Amino acid sequence: MTSPGIAVSVDRVVKRYGSVTALHGVSLDIRENEFFTLLGPSGCGKTTLLRAIAGFEDVTEGHIRLKGKDLVDQPPFKRPVNTVFQQYALFPHMSVTENVMFGLLRKGWNRQEAERRVRDVLELVQLSDFAARKPGQLSGGQQQRVALARALAPRPEVLLLDEPLSALDLKLRQAVRMELKAIQRETGIAFIFVTHDQEEALTMSDRIAVMSSGHVQQVGPPREIYEAPINRFVADFIGETNLLDVTVESVNNGMAKVLLPGNRSFECPAAAVDARGPGHLSVRPERISICAEAAGDLIATVTGHTYLGTDNQLHVKLVDGEVMSIRLQNTESTLLPKAGDVIGLNLEADAARLLAD
Amino acid sequence: MAAGAPVGAGGTSHIYQGSGWKLLAPSWIIIGIFLLAPVVMMAVYSFLTKEFRGGVIWEFSLDAYDQFFFDRGLFGDEPPTLEWTYIGIFWRSIWQAGLATITCLLIGFPTAWFIATRNPESRSIWLFLVTIPYWVNLLIRTVSMKFLIRDTGPLNEFLLALHVIEEPLGLINTNFAVQLGLFYSYLPFMVLPIYAAVERYDFSLSEAAADLYAGTWTILWLVILPVVRPGIIAGCILVFVPSLGAFLAPDLLGGAKTFMIGSLIEEQFKGNAGNWPFGAAASMILLTIVMCVLLVYARNQNKAEVR
Amino acid sequence: MAGSTNLRRFPGFLAVTIACLFVLYAPLIVVAVYSFNASTSITNWGGVSLTWYLDVFTGPEAPKFQQAALNSLIIAVCASVIATIVATLAAVAMTRAGGFRGKTLSFALINLPLMVPEVVTAVASLVFFSAIGFTTGLTTILIAHTVFCIPFAYLPISARMQSIPDMYEQAAMDLYATPREAFKLVLLPLMTPGILSGFLLAFIISLDDFLITNFVKGAGIETLPTAIFGSVKQGIKPNIMAISTLMLVVSVVFVSLSWLVGRMGQEKT
Repeated sequence: MTSPGIAVSVDRVVKRYGSVTALHGVSLDIRENEFFTLLGPSGCGKTTLLRAIAGFEDVTEGHIRLKGKDLVDQPPFKRPVNTVFQQYALFPHMSVTENVMFGLLRKGWNRQEAERRVRDVLELVQLSDFAARKPGQLSGGQQQRVALARALAPRPEVLLLDEPLSALDLKLRQAVRMELKAIQRETGIAFIFVTHDQEEALTMSDRIAVMSSGHVQQVGPPREIYEAPINRFVADFIGETNLLDVTVESVNNGMAKVLLPGNRSFECPAAAVDARGPGHLSVRPERISICAEAAGDLIATVTGHTYLGTDNQLHVKLVDGEVMSIRLQNTESTLLPKAGDVIGLNLEADAARLLAD
Repeated sequence: MAAGAPVGAGGTSHIYQGSGWKLLAPSWIIIGIFLLAPVVMMAVYSFLTKEFRGGVIWEFSLDAYDQFFFDRGLFGDEPPTLEWTYIGIFWRSIWQAGLATITCLLIGFPTAWFIATRNPESRSIWLFLVTIPYWVNLLIRTVSMKFLIRDTGPLNEFLLALHVIEEPLGLINTNFAVQLGLFYSYLPFMVLPIYAAVERYDFSLSEAAADLYAGTWTILWLVILPVVRPGIIAGCILVFVPSLGAFLAPDLLGGAKTFMIGSLIEEQFKGNAGNWPFGAAASMILLTIVMCVLLVYARNQNKAEVR
Repeated sequence: MAGSTNLRRFPGFLAVTIACLFVLYAPLIVVAVYSFNASTSITNWGGVSLTWYLDVFTGPEAPKFQQAALNSLIIAVCASVIATIVATLAAVAMTRAGGFRGKTLSFALINLPLMVPEVVTAVASLVFFSAIGFTTGLTTILIAHTVFCIPFAYLPISARMQSIPDMYEQAAMDLYATPREAFKLVLLPLMTPGILSGFLLAFIISLDDFLITNFVKGAGIETLPTAIFGSVKQGIKPNIMAISTLMLVVSVVFVSLSWLVGRMGQEKT
């Protein structure tokens, strides 16, 4: 059962609350020393899964193994995993030092060693000057770092983070991302990070599991998730995309030949689609270029545009009435077509993907 | 908040999951043995035969209830007619308690409203001022009231000295005195729940009503009162129920004419005129009335919650 | 602001509030003032003196009232301590043990002493003690007081517990604390303000009780309220006013303490 290099193995885990099923047989392997993100909209089961690993939720079926040892029957206080809570849950009646030392003392460390460890961890999160303060006297960002230090102090096998950045404001959140990633590298502990924020997931993770309604949709590195989504949900949830109704003519060795709206034919990579007939083509708005009408893969009529600062978003309508959006970098040389203009669209061949439903 | 967990999720997040009964055992033992069992015992006693000079004889008898409701003449051999003495005392108690509830509401609502609309800092001070008297011993409050309003008390002396009145007002031993005592005893029970309701009241509702051409009093009647109604009802229950069984206020401030249930029951267990089964029966009837009121209240509240 | 009406204000509400406070305080203030009366006749003002306070401690009735005060104190301390412990356990069960069978029923049971009219409780207790052959005395008073103190102690404790998010215990258990340790090290310190105000509330309620005590007390045993009641039945004497004023001061001190404790708790979280 033990596979080397796997920190946590989630094996066909089912979680039901009465008639509601929150997790439908989820299986995942989280590697050692990995920054792993569970990404999905609210209610997708990501927090339930995290709490099941921590031991706050019973699983209805399946197993969760930590380095090969089954955790399912262990209470939370016997699991060598620690959690950074969404609202931090710092004990308000204890100082920063007491908070960080809490887990060490419960684990039976002697006081001197515990104190040394607390000093080290506080240094790691750059809070040494605040050791004597109470949580109520710290800013949100500082509280977040105390929560991190407290969870790291007992040297857990795996660190669980439940949307830890969601209570911070935007500027701070962006700074903390890099810091968190650096700390993960430095400690070498596997992080399991729950978020609904795709940007957070893409910038920090080694691998991402996209979840929706209790199922894992896709697992892979950020680039793969973004550029090679396997189904409509993933393509739609991660970033912006245009989904075109196309007719599949043939699929060979992962390459599909499809008929675009306007009847021009096009060749692109296919994700697990091997049937002919109707299909969906996903094209990212920034991977489309505009050209003369005759040279395009698609012919479209411009309906308007939105100014986005760094980009301009062009809204167009295809001959069959489908609506698409295209991102054009905001440079001086870019000449924006006006509403009513008929233009051609070129799709980058390796950036368009045929999707499963 | 916990984005992934469905609403109402059980899980094992409660740390004392499964030990509910262990933790509740002391409560069940103490209240079960020393309140629930006694009430059952009292119900049994109300069906026993009385012994003169207090106590009971263990023989089944409906005499207590019979005595309460029916008059069978001096020797108990006439055809039964309804006995009005005790029903009358109950009726007067209900009436007194109802009136006290209305008085508390009429005074308590404006007070609660006024306090709840202060700024938070002075709000807690006003609230504190209203609740302090409640924490003073009820007996002492009632005695103080008796001292103040009796014929030779400071109130009458003061008014006589100012020649506002020529004779003492004769307030003591009247229904008015009992009302004053009940009001004094239970007013905070009215103010606190209404205060809590008004504090949660969303004033943009008033603004919306004013925007739609409602005047000050129309807003009060059509918008505010319906919204804070749960608080008002809770306050009324909290005043009515203890007023109904009150003993000190009618006993110290009222006279023979203002005899209420509390005194009637007390009399059965004190001194030689005692009739324990009758006292137990009267208590059972009082308990039944109160439980009915509470049941109706609980029903309505459940309905309101479903809505 | 000219021309606009303040929707929070109703004409006359201030006047009602002032009148209300006047009625609440007038009797207490009058009694407090008259307790310093030098005259033996309680209605005529004979100048300020501490005669009646001296009488309370050294007068002919002093031993009786002192014994009654001691009884009241013993009962209040014992009953409120027991009630607070029982109520704390109950509050933990109601807020931290999830759902279980009989939870609603248990909630009703804890609040039963508040629902049953006082005089009915008094009768039931008397009947019960006499039926099981329990001699009435200090113990019967203590038992009866413990029963009705439980819901009063329970209210602030459970309110406090509901305001403590359960993430704290979860964090403690995540950090290797057993449920017992999580209770002792995290939950209990956070609950303390609620437990203290529950205790103070139960204490005052116990000191306050007259009716139930009067029913279940044994012959010759008095608490302060029953002693005062017995004395007042023969007419209001000045020493009663001095005792009343002393009790008033004790109550105000206690409530202020309870209020401050509550505020401290609020500021902490």
